[in-house]
Amino acid sequence: MFETLSDRLGKALEGLTSRGALKESDVEAAMRDVRVALLEADVALPVVKDFIGRVKKEAVGEKVLKSVTPGQQVVKIVHDELVAMLGAEEEEQKLRLLGEPPQALMMVGLQGSGKTTSTAKLARRLKEKDRKKVLMASLDVNRPAAQEQLKVLGEQIDVATLPIVKGQGPVDIAKRAMQAGRLSGYDVVILDTAGRLHVDEALMDEVAAVKAAANPSEIMLVVDAMTGQDAVNVAESFTKRIGLTGVLLTRVDGDARGGAALSMRQVTGCPIKFLGTGEKSEALEVFRADSIASRILGMGDIVSLVEKASETIEQEEAERIAKRMQKGQFDLDDMRKQLEQMRKMGGMEGLMGMLPGIGKMKKQLAAANIDEKMLKRQEAIIQSMTPKERGNPKMLHASRKLRIAAGSGTSVQEVNKVLKQHQQMAKMMKQFTKMGKKGGMPTLPGMGGGMPPGGLPPGFGGPR
Amino acid sequence: MALRWFQRLKQGLAKTSSRLTDGVQGIFTGRRRLDEEALEDLEDLLITADLGPATAAKLTAELARTRFEKEVSGEEVREAFAASITDILAPTAKPLEAGNDPTKRPHVVLVVGVNGSGKTTTIGKLAHQLRGQGKSVMLCAGDTFRAAAIEQLRIWGERVGAPVVARDSGADAAGLAFDAYKQAREAGTDVLLIDTAGRLHNKKDLMDELSKIVRVLRKLDETTPHDIVMVLDATVGQNALQQVQVFRELVSITGLVVTKLDGTAKAGVLIALAETFGLPVHAVGVGETAEDLRPFKAEDYARGLMGLE
Ligand SMILES: Nc1nc2c(ncn2[C@@H]2O[C@H](COP(=O)(O)OP(=O)(O)O)[C@@H](O)[C@H]2O)c(=O)[nH]1
Ligand SMILES: [Mg+2]
Repeated sequence: MFETLSDRLGKALEGLTSRGALKESDVEAAMRDVRVALLEADVALPVVKDFIGRVKKEAVGEKVLKSVTPGQQVVKIVHDELVAMLGAEEEEQKLRLLGEPPQALMMVGLQGSGKTTSTAKLARRLKEKDRKKVLMASLDVNRPAAQEQLKVLGEQIDVATLPIVKGQGPVDIAKRAMQAGRLSGYDVVILDTAGRLHVDEALMDEVAAVKAAANPSEIMLVVDAMTGQDAVNVAESFTKRIGLTGVLLTRVDGDARGGAALSMRQVTGCPIKFLGTGEKSEALEVFRADSIASRILGMGDIVSLVEKASETIEQEEAERIAKRMQKGQFDLDDMRKQLEQMRKMGGMEGLMGMLPGIGKMKKQLAAANIDEKMLKRQEAIIQSMTPKERGNPKMLHASRKLRIAAGSGTSVQEVNKVLKQHQQMAKMMKQFTKMGKKGGMPTLPGMGGGMPPGGLPPGFGGPR
Repeated sequence: MALRWFQRLKQGLAKTSSRLTDGVQGIFTGRRRLDEEALEDLEDLLITADLGPATAAKLTAELARTRFEKEVSGEEVREAFAASITDILAPTAKPLEAGNDPTKRPHVVLVVGVNGSGKTTTIGKLAHQLRGQGKSVMLCAGDTFRAAAIEQLRIWGERVGAPVVARDSGADAAGLAFDAYKQAREAGTDVLLIDTAGRLHNKKDLMDELSKIVRVLRKLDETTPHDIVMVLDATVGQNALQQVQVFRELVSITGLVVTKLDGTAKAGVLIALAETFGLPVHAVGVGETAEDLRPFKAEDYARGLMGLE
């Protein structure tokens, strides 16, 4: 729906052929587009103005590199400045839970921003990653069944919740939670407060009282990534009234550009600590400034892609496949491993979402319906083959196919489809390695050739 | 009671618009010439109300067409903007008509939207309103995904006196909607309000699930659902455009309800939405209780937005 900043700047600076340094007039022209791009991304106006001022200073007089256009150069400067503003020191980024246990962590925010879901996500992370003993307590006596919701989530992730006592107010619940935390040796007590409007005096008083009672070391403002210009008002009020120590941005798995992140960072002065990236309790990521910066500018997220890929793919394995591919070998075992890797990276959709300029293709992909289930079925088919068959697909005759279909709970047609896909992939791998040798094809670092760079394996693009 | 609703909306909008009006007044102390600089400032002010850069530019250009380089007052500017905005929004102000037509029994309303936008609460409020008009209402707890969402709707059902059709958490929402429709028809219920799980518009599988609910209902009665209402949170920014576009494409939305207008968010994106899609805006939410639903009135909204009485 919106043009990306790169597109815009490309156009605005098209006529600009002069090399050398960026002139003030060039920068002025470019900043008009930057401004619109940021506003369309829902960065709050005062923050936009401040930001433009900073970038102008940076950009005027900057040398335009030979290999890039002035537009690209400006995008780079804008991007870097955005990263600098969004980011925080690594130490600052961590949850503040040092000190005598139990430490209280208080979740606050507007109605419907995602506090309860995020509470469960943080609890799960603290339990699994940091080996903490966590207690969750819902202080939401406003929304019907809110306390019940947290209780159910607690059961799902196997984290204790404070028993519900009907009729008790938020402050008393908080006190009871802290006491339970002390008595039963919990490390962390997460207090999930009711959603409230920052202009609701009574409710803001109430949350201040909860703070006084529980003395939390971390007060996390939960904000929806789709928030518009109001983000500044919310950030301002919550900061002034109760003080914050961190921000958690939710619904980052949507397609909002997430400009609220910049507004939040600027106005609260607090680090953005986490991103909510889905409805499941494991869908929580540590905030990364460069990834959100690219997103706000509509530039895709190559860095994330590369890192996510390298996290998931065991390096050795990738190298092994790369070596085999160079020799033109790519058997069904290799294919299975690739399918598995793809699934781990969030399927094709998750993967493609991180690539720039892929908006249109994403729709096609969605239409092609490549989902986790399909990847799993294909993996199952290959797993039902003997090692010999995997090494030499040519030996797969009708009876063997029948056996494999039965073994994997699929059909012979599906088995055939996988075989065909394997053939196409093997062919393409050969082409890629040829191109790679000529130096024409960039290889994504960390991918180790595990995926054909810049391209989709055949059979993954078109409609089924 | 009616007065209270109006007060709440006005108070809400007063909070939301005080910056805007302060701003306009700040630019125009007394009278001043409407020059480039003044126009730019005005455009910025509209942007802070989430009108979006394009719509803000359009409205200021319109103002400039008749008044550029003329002496104007802040009051005049606000009146002019309010008039333009009213013009754009007036055709969309249509209350939800349900339960009056005896051939539609039940009149089926499917309520959709992204997570946390206020679907369940809005259903509670709508049910309360319909019950107040003496209509019989049935609720269908179609959010079988979110923890305790069923319980939440049950409590609303008790509050407003409407039976709730529900299955266990995790059940198929389309099958449940099918059952609810049959039950409502047998009982001769006037209006059936179907809740759904919140979903982001860019999740293909979840959107397919929604289409399936519609398909299944149409199997029973092809005129249903009679309304597919999308609930939008007023704090949303420009992403609302994408949301509405995708939801409309996939499940032919018939109208909108805007919630949380009791905060400082102004939902200025409504203006771009009206121009792009022209969907009816049925009502606005101005609080968390059953009474906090107001019909959408274009002029009230526009004037409230500009801080005019
Ligand atoms: N202040 C205010 N809060 C609202 C309004 N409508 C809904 N809410 C709150 O927003 C939160 C999410 O609402 P809910 O109906 O559960 O959203 P759903 O997930 O879309 O069903 C709840 O805390 C509601 O009380 C409104 O008009 N004003
Ligand atoms: Mg709901």
